[in-house]
Amino acid sequence: MLELEPWVSLLDCLRDHLDLTGTKKGCDHGQCGACTVICDDKRILSCLTLAVMKNGSEITTVEGIANGDELHPIQQAFIDHDAFQCGYCTPGQLCSAIGLINEGKANSREEVKELMSGNLCRCGANVGIIDAIMQVKDGGIYE
Amino acid sequence: MNNFEYKQAADANEAINLITQNDHSKFLAGGTNLIDLWKYNITNPTELIDINHIASLSEIRELSDGGVRLGASFKNADTAYHPLIEQKYPLLSKAILAGASAQIRNMASNAGNLLQRTRCYYFYDPEVPCNKRIPGSGCPAKAGYNRIHAILGTSEQCIAVFPSDMCVALAALNAVVNVEGPEGKRAINFADFHRLPDDRPDLDNNLKPNELITSIDLPNKGFSTNYSYLKLRDRHSYAFALVSVATAFELENDIIKEIRIALGGVAHKPWRSTAAENFLIGKTATAENFSSAADLILKDAKGFGHNDFKIKLAKKAIVRNGMMALNPETQLPGAKPSA
Repeated sequence: MLELEPWVSLLDCLRDHLDLTGTKKGCDHGQCGACTVICDDKRILSCLTLAVMKNGSEITTVEGIANGDELHPIQQAFIDHDAFQCGYCTPGQLCSAIGLINEGKANSREEVKELMSGNLCRCGANVGIIDAIMQVKDGGIYE
Repeated sequence: MNNFEYKQAADANEAINLITQNDHSKFLAGGTNLIDLWKYNITNPTELIDINHIASLSEIRELSDGGVRLGASFKNADTAYHPLIEQKYPLLSKAILAGASAQIRNMASNAGNLLQRTRCYYFYDPEVPCNKRIPGSGCPAKAGYNRIHAILGTSEQCIAVFPSDMCVALAALNAVVNVEGPEGKRAINFADFHRLPDDRPDLDNNLKPNELITSIDLPNKGFSTNYSYLKLRDRHSYAFALVSVATAFELENDIIKEIRIALGGVAHKPWRSTAAENFLIGKTATAENFSSAADLILKDAKGFGHNDFKIKLAKKAIVRNGMMALNPETQLPGAKPSA
């Protein structure tokens, strides 16, 4: 049981109160997507969510996507396609990509690009990121 | 950033009772704008009333007249992808998906979309005057950086624009906003919901104090054959509109029987022109006729320097979108221009 003040964001709850520092604080204003987590199967921004609003919800962060030592297919695809440089945006990109695949609304590369636009990458690894998502999406290897 | 209390309302009555007891309380749905404004110290609520657990506010359903009711706390993404909306109101679906990002659309509520504040840089900067933030303090935008600002319906006090995409489609569809407050229930036509700044730019809309939006009704007519939403912005996705246009019409033997044209990014509210729509009724859907209609819509348009380009951009967008509405399948994801 964790008791928090009502103004603690879900992002600060994860990082400062649960020591789950995989989720990153970029802008803290809903502009960069680095704080993306999966809440009850939907990708959301943890910086613009109060932790108290999600009492009882299931939150998946980057720490929770691998199966033990076995990487999630999207993690492997990011490695295969060199889909990061500094890595700061990567946890948010991974969670956002899993959310995108779950939603099932992106049928073309153009649609994947459009539906990943909420995750900025200042290193400019976007081409690799989209390649990685296309691989997993088309490969159908997602549980 | 101030501290605040947090309460959950079980039903609309409880929400209204709670907000009536505290002058500094606010309703909380998605929080995507409210939490951000709180972080920027633009709003300082002492109590947030979470309305996400009110069952009657979180549904979407067909009405007996053939229309559809969108619950206030129903999410933007769930609305855009709902079969009722995709099939019957594709204009609304396109407009919603042109706004924000996938994550934000998963969080943002329908009512909250109507209540989001302007993205005027000066409104977001507590260090400078702003008549919308502090009435009477002044408007630095008029002689400042006003590239994103309004060209229609401005006042001496404010040239901010209302940033929503969804609301541009709702304006075109003649939606109705259902509200409930201490004095009871009422329904507000979409055209009367938002207001122009005049001498009270601090007021974005005509809600009375402590009123709660419970739902938004879409009339039966969805314009699912000829429609298009075009959004022009500084980057290809995840940016607010410089100019956007929602166009929907009904043809009979190639003649326009009914038409709606609503503009976003140009005024303090979604902009429609009865004169322009009436002009097009009985005419063919040609670039020439849309161009004449655009002149009527933009007749009183006025730039403030950096945003002068918006007048020409809006004219071209109105014409382009009219032609795209003839062939809706030419629309690209994100309401981008056809190739």
